[in-house]
Amino acid sequence: MKGKVWKYGNDVNTDVIFPGKYTYAPMKPEEMAKHALEDLDPEFAKNVKAGDVVVAGKNFGCGSSREQAAACLKAAGVQAVVAKSFARIYFRNAINLGLPVLQSEEAADNLRAGDEVEVDFAGGAITSGGRVFKFPPLPDSVIGILQAGGLIEWTKKKLKSGK
Amino acid sequence: MAQTFSEKVLGRRAGRSVRAGEVITVAPDTYLSHDNASAIIGEFKKLGLKKVAAPEKIVIVLDHIVPAADEKYAQNHKIIREFVAEQGIPNFYDIHSGVCHQVFSEAGFALPGKVIMGSDSHTTTYGALGAFSAGIGRTEMASLWATDEIWLRLPETLRIELAGKLGLGVYAKDVILKIIGDNGADRANYEAVEFAGPAAGDFSLASRMVLANMAAEMGAKNGYFEPDDKTLEWLRTRAKADYEIVKSDPEATYEAVLKYDLSTIEPQIACPHAVDNVKLVSAVEGRKFDQALIGTCTNGRLEDLEIAAKILIGKKIHPRIRALVLPASREVYLGALKKGLIEIFVEAKCVILNPGCGPCLGAHEGILAPGEVVVGTSNRNFKGRMGSRDSEIYLASPATVAASALEGKITDPRKYLS
Repeated sequence: MKGKVWKYGNDVNTDVIFPGKYTYAPMKPEEMAKHALEDLDPEFAKNVKAGDVVVAGKNFGCGSSREQAAACLKAAGVQAVVAKSFARIYFRNAINLGLPVLQSEEAADNLRAGDEVEVDFAGGAITSGGRVFKFPPLPDSVIGILQAGGLIEWTKKKLKSGK
Repeated sequence: MAQTFSEKVLGRRAGRSVRAGEVITVAPDTYLSHDNASAIIGEFKKLGLKKVAAPEKIVIVLDHIVPAADEKYAQNHKIIREFVAEQGIPNFYDIHSGVCHQVFSEAGFALPGKVIMGSDSHTTTYGALGAFSAGIGRTEMASLWATDEIWLRLPETLRIELAGKLGLGVYAKDVILKIIGDNGADRANYEAVEFAGPAAGDFSLASRMVLANMAAEMGAKNGYFEPDDKTLEWLRTRAKADYEIVKSDPEATYEAVLKYDLSTIEPQIACPHAVDNVKLVSAVEGRKFDQALIGTCTNGRLEDLEIAAKILIGKKIHPRIRALVLPASREVYLGALKKGLIEIFVEAKCVILNPGCGPCLGAHEGILAPGEVVVGTSNRNFKGRMGSRDSEIYLASPATVAASALEGKITDPRKYLS
């Protein structure tokens, strides 16, 4: 799937991705999508299209354990987040919700806002205008969770097979 | 083979010798949730199970929006109370209790050598008592409730050696802000942070909790202090279970060792909008602000309130300032009442909030308007965290916040402490 790049800097934290005031009451995914990146880039939620890719610097998703910071991007149609590095809890949350998080210093340095990109998950490559950026393939356990559609579906399968 | 604390604790659970970098599956001892338990319940129900795997391992503390600020939050709490009753979860703490990390520790769940998972990023706090404790998300907690299992990557360990004595007006908060400012908000991403050296043991448990709590702001998976007599004394009347002290071997392999001489550290302040944007208080002295916040899971313990009260006693806060005092727990609140601290705060025109998270995460009780500035003792100053995206948050010690509240501008506390 092709999409456009939304480019941000280092240390994009959970609170600017999804504000705390919406965090502790139930909210449907389509509503979460409307608040995605609200305190960093109010234009994002209005203009993001299915298949778009968020590209950022180091320590993406630092801060709170709030899962909506991953859920809101997935609900907004983001096909992957590409960053130099991810904060630990964010990385786990994203995988658990089925949002691919890809680590590539090169892609983070070279991709610009508005670039058109294509992500080849199996081949471990992001392509844009003839440029190819490789990312390390995700571990098998992680791919299993992503392929199942997230941890809940994966756990369902595990419970079924184990009992 | 010499091992770190984390390698030992997790290796025992895995039933084999493990090294940093390996992925293992473990059954934790205890798992903590707060108001986000209602979202976890929602995920848990998708799994189609009637019962959680181990109700006795679940601890739920309502702390984020307590009492409920509106109907949505009230409904949220109601869902949790009904689930607790239905599942027979024995360890539930309702809205009068305090911030989860303080309540969990006071209630004796945070024990040396235990493996604790919490659906809150500041779960790192229990490392102050020698536990292995790390934050996870909601979906992962739901899966844990269902299976009593979680995969963990064994962290490398960053050792921070502390030596020397703190100067007047300098506290644990200044030390951790200094460390984060020097090394960056992602310095310890995916790592364990071990606080060691001769000065680590000089810190009270409350101060150790400040450091372990804010290890999360360096990206740490867990924090750790070696248990000592102070730890054992605190646990003597509280421990909910048997425990075993686990320590790093002297020859263990560390990712790096950082050294700090505490005697050289001056009062520190994290400036907007990042926790690692740390400056000397003296460098931003005179900056006017609107609201002071003393408390939270970082600095809401009795020793913190005592320091603030020592500065505020017999005085009134600046007329332009609103000052909020947020004890970390009911136990702390009672202690502060008995010591007469609450009277000092009320006389000074501070507002006392119900123990809990208060305005720290921007959901209620002291939200900021556009253009407003808060100077607080909490742990995060991300843009918009406490209200408007056009507001600003500074983070400092209780002493700095109290002195600043008196003057209506950021103030070095040392002149009030001679």
